[in-house]
Amino acid sequence: MGYKLSLRIWRGDHFRGELGDYVVDVEEGEVVLDAIHRLQATQAGDLAVRWNCKAGKCGSCSAEINGRPRLMCMTRLADFEESETITVTPMRAFPVIRDLVTDVSYNYEKARQLPSFAPTPRDADGKRRMMQVDVERGQEFRKCIECFLCQDTCHVVRDHDDNKKAFAGPRFFLRYAELDMHPLDTNDRRKLAQDAAGLGMCNITKCCTEVCPEGIKITDNAIIPMKERVVDRKYDPVTWLGSKIFTRGDRGSREEVRPREEA
Amino acid sequence: MTGSHVVTDENANSQAPMAGRHPMTGNRMTDEVTADGHGFEEHHYDVVVIGAGGAGLRAAIAAHDAGARVAIVCKSLLGKAHTVMAEGGIAAAMGNVYADDNWRVHYRDTMRGGKMLNNWRMAQLHAQEAPERVLELEEWGALFDRTDDGLISQRDFGGHRFARLAHVGDRTGLEMIRTLQQRAVELGIDVFMECTVTQIFKDGERVSGAFAYWRESGRFIVFHSPSVVLATGGIGKSYQVTSNSWEYTGDGHALALHTGASLINMEFVQFHPTGMVWPPSVKGILVTESVRGDGGVLRNAEGKRFMFDYIPEFFKSETADTEEEADRWYDDKTNNRRPPELLPRDEVARAINSETKAGRGSPHGGVFLDIASRRSAELIRRRLPSMYHQFKELADVDITAEPMEVGPTCHYVMGGVEVDPDTAVSIVPGLYAAGEVAGGMHGSNRLGGNSLSDLLVFGRRAGLNAAYSATRFGVEPPRVSDTQVREAAAHALAPFSVGGGENPYTIQRDLQDIMQRLVGIIRTADELSESLGQIEELKRRAEGLTVEGHRQYNPGWHLALDLVNMLTVSECIAKAALERQESRGGHTRDDFAATDDFWGQRNLVLTQGAAGRVELNHQPLPVMPDELKSLFEAK
Ligand SMILES: Cc1cc2nc3c(=O)[nH]c(=O)nc-3n(C[C@H](O)[C@H](O)[C@H](O)COP(=O)(O)OP(=O)(O)OC[C@H]3O[C@@H](n4cnc5c(N)ncnc54)[C@H](O)[C@@H]3O)c2cc1C
Ligand code: SF4
Ligand code: SF4
Ligand code: FES
Repeated sequence: MGYKLSLRIWRGDHFRGELGDYVVDVEEGEVVLDAIHRLQATQAGDLAVRWNCKAGKCGSCSAEINGRPRLMCMTRLADFEESETITVTPMRAFPVIRDLVTDVSYNYEKARQLPSFAPTPRDADGKRRMMQVDVERGQEFRKCIECFLCQDTCHVVRDHDDNKKAFAGPRFFLRYAELDMHPLDTNDRRKLAQDAAGLGMCNITKCCTEVCPEGIKITDNAIIPMKERVVDRKYDPVTWLGSKIFTRGDRGSREEVRPREEA
Repeated sequence: MTGSHVVTDENANSQAPMAGRHPMTGNRMTDEVTADGHGFEEHHYDVVVIGAGGAGLRAAIAAHDAGARVAIVCKSLLGKAHTVMAEGGIAAAMGNVYADDNWRVHYRDTMRGGKMLNNWRMAQLHAQEAPERVLELEEWGALFDRTDDGLISQRDFGGHRFARLAHVGDRTGLEMIRTLQQRAVELGIDVFMECTVTQIFKDGERVSGAFAYWRESGRFIVFHSPSVVLATGGIGKSYQVTSNSWEYTGDGHALALHTGASLINMEFVQFHPTGMVWPPSVKGILVTESVRGDGGVLRNAEGKRFMFDYIPEFFKSETADTEEEADRWYDDKTNNRRPPELLPRDEVARAINSETKAGRGSPHGGVFLDIASRRSAELIRRRLPSMYHQFKELADVDITAEPMEVGPTCHYVMGGVEVDPDTAVSIVPGLYAAGEVAGGMHGSNRLGGNSLSDLLVFGRRAGLNAAYSATRFGVEPPRVSDTQVREAAAHALAPFSVGGGENPYTIQRDLQDIMQRLVGIIRTADELSESLGQIEELKRRAEGLTVEGHRQYNPGWHLALDLVNMLTVSECIAKAALERQESRGGHTRDDFAATDDFWGQRNLVLTQGAAGRVELNHQPLPVMPDELKSLFEAK
């Protein structure tokens, strides 16, 4: 049944702001984003918030709910006591634009610096062949909805804004790993991942994995294997990932790439 | 900002620097300010693409590849457009699973699904080019699910003769948008994110640019460009129960109309048969058709597979009439006919509507969609991971153990900008349209999976042709005048100065209520006439909108501007729906229940006449050549 929810919401811009207290009617089965929308429609028409799909698919509605990085559209009110005040603040690692909306351009900068996919030629019939087992690793990483909650959580940037220059963050380590494990890619980005993207700064705390709404095992499945590949120990990649991941078997066919210049 | 503002701008965010890169998006910015100009940020491009969904991104890539300087402008962040939500797959007759599949079969399915009202040439190009467009995505890094021999796997969907949808689990749209986004970034195409276009400029008869505001700061931008591609998606936000997001306010439809282009097929709105119905907070959120494609069935409160009672004459010969045959079909398509649950969407949506009206619905006013009793939990989780997640998280339902409750939800608009099939140009020189905002391709009803392929095929065509046309404007490039810009700015700022006291959120809610009740799945002349009267009343109220706060990231203001588009588009839908006195595809009239050949020969075309009034005209359907006609005579 419906009840009155107490909400504290951060209101303000890049320069100043404060937590505002609100009481809003909510219904059974609602999520935090519903409460925010009702607030917007009835009490605070100019409350800034990002959202699109309202179904956990687009990664727009990231914020910190009672201090924890989460998607507002996937956080159910039923997870809280009715009497509890829910506090919603913008992602801390990024500059605030207004209210719950932050400037996430850091992530788009990092995306631009990543050398893209460079496939081998097509088969004679114009198609390409890859086995399901070979694409599954990459598919896990491509579930990423770019909510940037992992980026927000990672202490390397959360606590040290200066690190942003040299650190691509977990979302992009995922991308490096995805391409490195792609059966048809010809680039070798290991050195780049280590140097320019700052993979070495990650000390495997796994905080990023904990907040990922897609349940991607960022640390175990992407970062750690990537670090191991970088170290280039006497790992035979074939035995290491199971015989299926590297159909071509040798890294000799991959070419080492340099960071992309500003596009 | 160095220039003097003609329009007062005291509230805009003072931190936004006007040189170098934009702090939000990293876009390159200029600070060109002409001495006597309008003082707003300006950019010059060959092609401006409005929209960063599948159609917009594909258009931008094509225009870039053709050598044009291209900008993409979008209301949300890059990668968040509606395309990201698409689940089931991309329809393309690649023949990877059934070698018998080819473009002719796909073409035939598409035309029949649209009840033959589709533009035949668009449907042909679409079926012919979709396979290469999908392979191209793979070229750019997409990782589709595979068949046993390593090819792109294809899944069953309603209305498609063969398993034809290239997919990645049930998150195909995410794969598609990420792939195209990464490609566009790699090519260095400029993207203006969280930037909304409010007007398209013309110099004489030809497009000359566009006017937009940054959502972040509320500041204005002027684009100079001889070609503009509309790729703005749909209109679903005008309905109460919808699978669409806030972005779907019909901006592109309205922009086209105001710029002098025409809209066709606007009476056809697709209600997807399976949206979530409970809890209220998620009402309308899509449950992908893949659930049925992968074996799920619909049952009423009595446990009956009611779709067997709703097989229309038109599809009798290709639809199974016993449960046994239907169940065999999943493994043997050659000797069995397709289950009635996989009839085109309009048929299934109407059937569900009738069942619930007859009191045989589920507790929350839907029907049951059951895959739990038919497929293993393991298979369900693997094939439908995001459905599993969605129901678990949002409705506390475990779809591997219990049935889902589902009901129709407004999903897609078949209607859109009338375009030339080969080039995607509208009747306005320089104005192109592709994707959901374009009309004609899907006729009266779209088959699942045919949108994502449509985006790729016609996005590319629009981009190429827009680039080509940008070099062919004659001696002088078309110009945007300062007066045009000042008027556009004044228009955009009006909600701050008008003091009528109307709340945009309230008017939006009232519109959604009207459209849902009076212009919904089942329509009548009386209700449609009533809706037109009420929309007129809302338009009047909307003239007195008042917006709180200032221009910086102000959703109330943004809605106030979008609302005008929603009202225009709603009027178009209601008007065309009232005119078409028959039932066909996504348009069902209770008072004209039959499909009528007279109406099957004509399109309804909407334009903006004098004094801003929407005008409606009949136009004969383009005639299909005989060699294509013969595809419908053979079985
Ligand atoms: C939940 C769901 C599932 C679906 N599943 C499938 C499926 O499995 N298969 C299939 O084929 N189809 C599916 N569809 C349909 C398909 O996803 C859409 O029709 C398609 O993605 C539309 O793409 P688009 O490129 O035309 O527009 P969108 O992807 O919607 O992009 C529109 C773009 O235009 C921008 N825009 C709009 N107005 C303005 C403005 N005024 N100024 C600037 N920018 C603007 C938006 O910001 C956005 O970037 C599904 C739809 C939904 C809602
Ligand atoms: S595991 Fe690495 S990337 Fe992830 S939060 Fe910890 S330090 Fe950051
Ligand atoms: S990896 Fe997970 S947490 Fe990080 S951006 Fe992607 S979806 Fe979000
Ligand atoms: S609104 Fe899309 S993830 Fe929350």
